[in-house]
Amino acid sequence: MELTVTDLACARGGVTVLAGVSLTLPAGRALVLRGPNGIGKTTLLRTVAGLQPAVSGRVLAAPESLTYAAHADGLKAALTTRENLAFWAAIHGQGGVEDALTALNLTGLQDRPAQHLSAGQKRRLGLARLLVTGRPVWLLDEPTVSLDAASVALFGQVLRGHLAKGGAALIATHVDLGLDEAGVLDLTGFRAQSRSLGGVFDEVFA
Amino acid sequence: MTALLLRDLRLATRAGGGFGLGLAFFLLVAVLVPLGVGPEPALLARIAPGILWVGALLACLLSLDRIFALDFEDGSMDLLAIAPIPLEGVVAVKALAHWLVTGLPLTLLSPVLGVLLNLPGPGYVWLVLSLALGTPALSLIGAFGAALTVGLKRGGLLLSLLVLPLYVPTLIYGAEAVRRGVDGQGAPTALLLLAGITAGAAALLPFAAAAAIRVNLR
Repeated sequence: MELTVTDLACARGGVTVLAGVSLTLPAGRALVLRGPNGIGKTTLLRTVAGLQPAVSGRVLAAPESLTYAAHADGLKAALTTRENLAFWAAIHGQGGVEDALTALNLTGLQDRPAQHLSAGQKRRLGLARLLVTGRPVWLLDEPTVSLDAASVALFGQVLRGHLAKGGAALIATHVDLGLDEAGVLDLTGFRAQSRSLGGVFDEVFA
Repeated sequence: MTALLLRDLRLATRAGGGFGLGLAFFLLVAVLVPLGVGPEPALLARIAPGILWVGALLACLLSLDRIFALDFEDGSMDLLAIAPIPLEGVVAVKALAHWLVTGLPLTLLSPVLGVLLNLPGPGYVWLVLSLALGTPALSLIGAFGAALTVGLKRGGLLLSLLVLPLYVPTLIYGAEAVRRGVDGQGAPTALLLLAGITAGAAALLPFAAAAAIRVNLR
């Protein structure tokens, strides 16, 4: 149960943004991806998740060990908090959703339709989904967007609990999650060569 | 799989799910046509099979773009793509859910509309049979079209243009079965061809649609 990425190059919109990325993520470890906007953090996570093909290189992981959480939480507005979570649990063949509801402090909101949740509450529900997938390797893209300080701390605890149980996490974030043991990978050094001119261009119009 | 089917049915029948829109549209078509062509029972009886089939087909078309677009927008499609169930299965289940909330109610409602259009007596059995056999193909072909256009803004019109030509064989054999049934000729041939289209669509299109979704997720 280990994630190994070897010499990976990935592209966004047909332009190779990252090249030569290698990393190893053993069980119980978290790795934080850093780098400026547009460097390709999301692209890298989507490629590792298998949602888009790699330009070159390999991603090695146990089958069905990965799960992904991104900007869109995959929630249905007409369903309640519990129904949303129960659906993802059923899809992944897992049982109860109580632990996940409790872990992200959603028990009081369980019967409220997702359309009446605040942005931060939706985010917490999106993160609770990770717990009901039962998958060990979490790929997280900006997991703390729209969370307040208390919720970030809560999610930090959930993440630490997941790592303690032998899980692993690859996290693209600009926020300090309070994971002292997490490694940091700065993607700036892996910017693809063909991209360098485009990068300057972006800066000029920023 | 069952969870996905139940979720889609639940979403369709809750507020804003669009359940009933297709039915209401079908009803309006059947009411408007007699107003348009005039109250001639003989003429209505002759065009009824064709009108009912065209109406059912257009009613089915109305809700096609919702099959995948909503899941695509809210990120569910990404998550379904990496879930333990195969994407082909997701497509098949979503097409089935679409049929259960559009094709099946249309089939059940069609005899009532047959009365409005003065469909001759022997035609009712064949109308219900042909719709029951043919509308699953409409949902499956529609799901394929929806998968092709899922990433596009305002893909609904393009979806109609892509899907309507593919609906032609279903329409021809469906309406033909009813017409032959009315005339007392052999309707089963047309029905068998209709069932063949549905079976072929069910066997092949989930794979094509899943491939299209994978491309659109990139």
